[in-house]
Amino acid sequence: MNPAIQGLITIVLGVGGCIAYFYLSNQFLDKVLFPARGANAGRNINRANMIRPWLFLFPALFALGLYLAYPVVETLRLSLTDRDQGGAFVGLANYQQMFSETKFWEAMRNNMLWLIVVPALSTAFGLLAAQLTDRIRWGNLAKSLIFMPMAISFVGAAVIFKLIYDARPIDQEQIGILNAIYLGLGGTEPQQWLTIPFWNNFFLMIVLIWIQTGFAMVILSAALRGIPEETIEAAIVDGANPFQIFFKIKVPQIMGTIVVVWTTITLVVLKIFDIVFAMTNGQWETQVLANYMYDKLFRASDWGVGSASAIVIMLLVTPILVWNVYNARKEMR
Amino acid sequence: MDNIAGKKSGLTWAVHLATLLLVLLWLFPTVGLLVSSFRTADQISSSGWWASLFPTERNVVMRAADPDDFRVADDDLFVVSGNLFDEDPTVSVATISVWGTSSREISQYTAGETADLGDGATITVQANGDYEWRGPDGEISGRGQRVFATIEAAPEFTLANYEQVLLSGNSTDSMAKAFFNTLTVTIPATIIPIVVAAFAAYALAWMEFPGRALLIAAVVGLLVVPLQLALIPLLKLHLGIGIGKGYLGVWLAHTGFGLPLAIYLLRNYMVGLPRDIIECAKVDGATDFQIFTKIILPLSFPALASFAIFQFLWTWNDLLVAKVFLIDATGETTVMTNQIVELLGTRGGNWEILATAAFVSIAVPLVVFFAMQRYLVRGLLAGSVK
Repeated sequence: MNPAIQGLITIVLGVGGCIAYFYLSNQFLDKVLFPARGANAGRNINRANMIRPWLFLFPALFALGLYLAYPVVETLRLSLTDRDQGGAFVGLANYQQMFSETKFWEAMRNNMLWLIVVPALSTAFGLLAAQLTDRIRWGNLAKSLIFMPMAISFVGAAVIFKLIYDARPIDQEQIGILNAIYLGLGGTEPQQWLTIPFWNNFFLMIVLIWIQTGFAMVILSAALRGIPEETIEAAIVDGANPFQIFFKIKVPQIMGTIVVVWTTITLVVLKIFDIVFAMTNGQWETQVLANYMYDKLFRASDWGVGSASAIVIMLLVTPILVWNVYNARKEMR
Repeated sequence: MDNIAGKKSGLTWAVHLATLLLVLLWLFPTVGLLVSSFRTADQISSSGWWASLFPTERNVVMRAADPDDFRVADDDLFVVSGNLFDEDPTVSVATISVWGTSSREISQYTAGETADLGDGATITVQANGDYEWRGPDGEISGRGQRVFATIEAAPEFTLANYEQVLLSGNSTDSMAKAFFNTLTVTIPATIIPIVVAAFAAYALAWMEFPGRALLIAAVVGLLVVPLQLALIPLLKLHLGIGIGKGYLGVWLAHTGFGLPLAIYLLRNYMVGLPRDIIECAKVDGATDFQIFTKIILPLSFPALASFAIFQFLWTWNDLLVAKVFLIDATGETTVMTNQIVELLGTRGGNWEILATAAFVSIAVPLVVFFAMQRYLVRGLLAGSVK
């Protein structure tokens, strides 16, 4: 069957099925199970209203449970078993094996570097862009253009930056702008930027910073506009210069938003896979956790160690998860 | 506000300049790819894309046509005439500024001058490449006269790459199939979670039941669960229940992974709708189902659009989920991101193919982005500034 037709049928079945489910289950509840008539009409209405929320929630809860909650538990279980031994329980052996691999520690080190550099620089550039574009006439156009990389896939961005980092032999014209600039500034030899251990991590990070800055800018710009004008006017009257106003008046007032932006980008960084996969595939000491996990799962077919590294990613995410839930609950009160 | 008390001009200029610099810096990479996708392989490998935006000046060696075939008699002399650029397929539109007939003096003559080749032979070269090579029988023979010229070539672009990648390319280069595969993945994976999430969001926003707060907290928690954890258990599940690797699997996976954000965004929006409307409807005897479909859903359009854009961009740009749940060994169901990664491996040096393929995959999200930016921004703000 043609996949396009299959897709169309799926849309119709999926959407139609959902709507039919909601409609029919509500009808069933009201007309058959607890009809709002007869001797127990009042009691029936109450009972129906107690059950109805769960009718609305069921498909979503089922999908969430199956596709997100169950895998967490199952991955934890898999990380304690060995596939080669038919899934036998092996305790922490997978973790021991993983901790003894240098590639794992390289991935950990790189992930920590990413965790520090990318959120910090994305937020900083985002704040800069938000402040700069805030009060100029073509600010919205500038924002659009800085925000644009957000729509570009990590893979597309990888191609874009591979062209920038491209190196040709010294006797040929350079087609990568970075080498062209490097030679123009007096460099002697074209550099293969992505194969220089340690520093190549930063060349990969630039790709993500390029993508995430727009996100940070949009959110921080909204926060900057929310700052009460009086506080700024008061500062000007007191003789503060523009830099003092920015760092001492504005930034402290949007600290909460900065933290939100920072943690959101941190989440993206923890899961970063496509950029490394497409640009270096973890060679030249650029391994990161998600790519390490992919290697273990689908190249080495080692589900135990792969699951163990997935659990490591989950553990790194957990503090943010707890913090988010805590804040959400605080808001609801 | 920043520009009170005489600091206006200097600082304003600095702001404009800094913004311009930042915008150019951010735009530059994408423009490079776009420009490269319109250049031929030769052009890409011979000069940087930034050079192609300006007329280029370079030195070339060209040859007049072979006199044995092309010379015509004119009284007692022979003449070969034509256009130098016709003989050289690498140059199409160019202007000759200076030229010479020996490699030691390549700028001896300016365009339109006549060079004396000795023994009665002369050659005249015009700026547009027309030449006339005239002389006695013994001179106008053998091979065509060489001309060393400095030419200025206008920027030149071609659509041939797009033709190759979209229409005529062989199966490994072709993006056409991958494009439709991506579309097939994306559309159901965008629509289905919206329907499922909208009902759940309504229940979480407007229905009273025990455990509601707990469920909302759970959704917020699931929002950040890395989907890496789901790969193996779900692949095992799909293989176990017979879905295997294929479209159905990837649609279900995207639906599952998109739901927390969908529920979160929609609930936050629905909670903000005016309570009066809903209570009036209830008093008038509307059921929850009616309230939802007739009132809440139409009013929630902005939030639905925000999420639809997120999910569309996410599924269109996704690589990992497609690789795990969709693409099998035959590669029939490859999506564009995967196709590009494979091109990076097999045709890493063929920038004309790579750039074009990448731009084909980027184009649709960019159109969606610029058309629906308002909703995207609104969704971002609702999703994180609370």
